[in-house]
Amino acid sequence: MAIFYKIKSKPYQYLVSTLSIIITSFICYLISDYVGYRTIALVLLFVVSLSAILFDIIPVLIAAVLSAMIWDYFFIPPHYTFHVDNTEDALMLLMYFIIALVNGVLTAKIRKIEKLSQQKEEKLNSVKLYDTLFNSISHELRTPISTIYGSTDNLLNNQANLNDENKIKLITEIHKASERLNRLVGNLLNISRLEAGHISIKKAWCNVNELIHSVINSLEQELQKHKIKIAIDEQFPLVKLDYGLIEQVIVNIVYNASIHTVENTIIAIEVKLDHNTLVILFSDNGSGIPDAEIDKIFDKFYSIKGTSISGTGLGLSIAKGFIEAHNGKIKAFNNEFKGLSFEIKIPLTSNEIMNLNAFKNEQ
Amino acid sequence: MSNNSILIIDDEVQIRKLLEITLTSNNFKTSEAINGKSGLLLAANHPPDLIILDLGLPDDDGQHILKKLREWYFSPIIILSVRNSEEDIITALDNGANDYLVKPFRTGELLARIRTALRLSQTFNNSSVFEFENIKVDLVNHLVKKNDEVIKLTITEFSLLSLLVKNEGRVLTHSFILKEIWGIGYVEQTQYLRVFIAQLRKKIEDNPNQPKYIKTESGIGYRFITSKNIIP
Repeated sequence: MAIFYKIKSKPYQYLVSTLSIIITSFICYLISDYVGYRTIALVLLFVVSLSAILFDIIPVLIAAVLSAMIWDYFFIPPHYTFHVDNTEDALMLLMYFIIALVNGVLTAKIRKIEKLSQQKEEKLNSVKLYDTLFNSISHELRTPISTIYGSTDNLLNNQANLNDENKIKLITEIHKASERLNRLVGNLLNISRLEAGHISIKKAWCNVNELIHSVINSLEQELQKHKIKIAIDEQFPLVKLDYGLIEQVIVNIVYNASIHTVENTIIAIEVKLDHNTLVILFSDNGSGIPDAEIDKIFDKFYSIKGTSISGTGLGLSIAKGFIEAHNGKIKAFNNEFKGLSFEIKIPLTSNEIMNLNAFKNEQ
Repeated sequence: MSNNSILIIDDEVQIRKLLEITLTSNNFKTSEAINGKSGLLLAANHPPDLIILDLGLPDDDGQHILKKLREWYFSPIIILSVRNSEEDIITALDNGANDYLVKPFRTGELLARIRTALRLSQTFNNSSVFEFENIKVDLVNHLVKKNDEVIKLTITEFSLLSLLVKNEGRVLTHSFILKEIWGIGYVEQTQYLRVFIAQLRKKIEDNPNQPKYIKTESGIGYRFITSKNIIP
């Protein structure tokens, strides 16, 4: 890549195009006893064509003029003069000059058109992405706002007709809607932090046992109707992770499983250390997802077709981003229990794993 | 409940209104300041029993106001802010905040935190024996009992438990605990804390995986919770 960036810089282009003509001419000069001077014209023309592919138009035109002059001066008899003896050579020189120029101009034109169509395509793509984003965000924001607005309006202006039970119901809806808005804002902030590249990993020693259990305890309410099974060795070593980010990943995956599966579904979490890789496997025995959609679930604002559950469509892409920030990988697959599984793999160095035995003698 | 006075420093009128209604309906007296400067003035002229401070103030950073208050104001300060990063929370606690709540907050939680902070600051507890449900900690005799049975703790485990118990209801940052128990050179050595918290939980909690007493404040530290500061 570095070489292409260099080629793009202007002074470098002038230097390389001019040098390549001079070097080629020098080599041709050395072998001019064995090769006819008209063949040399073709060789020089070839070098100009190459420059036309790589460089902007002005360095190419300079190369064209320079090579024509060199050819004339050093190779067309009589040598070491710009004078041309016969008409045939004069015609050749003129043709050489025109072909070299046309070559440069045409290639530049083609490149310009290519660039334009590429820009057009990019613009089209970004408009499409913007539309999806815009539609999803406005839908996700407006739904809870509508709930809050409608319910409060009802409570303010329709007091007389509401019994206590209905009032409590409306207030509960307002409460839920604000929780949803808060979650959405949190997700939007995280996704924009990820996209702006503002995620910096702060690794510290974590007790994965404590981490997993504390996340699950914090989701107590959301997981009331699910069965959680956690399999992790009690003596699981300490590992270096960004506690906050991994916590968010686990919350997002488990919360996602809880809203997309029915009551009594089992959500199992298994943690292992495979050599120096931390492996966290989440499995449920829900109904899985169509294989065709499995790669898309990490896309922003993606929700499975035909589902009415309103997630933000951001949770899993945030999880993916946070795992990748740890140089790790996350994948989803339908498991043997007909449900969905997520496997997280985070590579660690041996300095980032500490066996609990190391503390045996600490008082 | 006594009529404790609370100063609210927050520039958002909606938040002030919400706090005013919540607090007065729970028998607190409130006063309000809309920026840092007037907050400092009001606190100096009529020192309240507790201050609720926002960090995003229009005239000055709340962390700075917090530091200025702490030069002379020793009653509880609770931070109430939309800033939810670990750095902001730890900085505020290190700057002398008693507690930190992220907006949006549950009013029940705020009230519980206020009551805990007031109780800790107003009742001078020089007793050396603490009792919480089935746990009894005797600081002088280095004795810990659970369900009337003596629990054997190592020296470090006991110091850790004493520190948590003495600051019951209050969040203690990782670096604070490490400094207090292991010394100033250990503030970065979170591995010790992780291991000893796990060991301590195994000894005093009924279910170490669902701790009732020693709560994890993710990325921040630990908090010793008892029935006195449980959120309704």
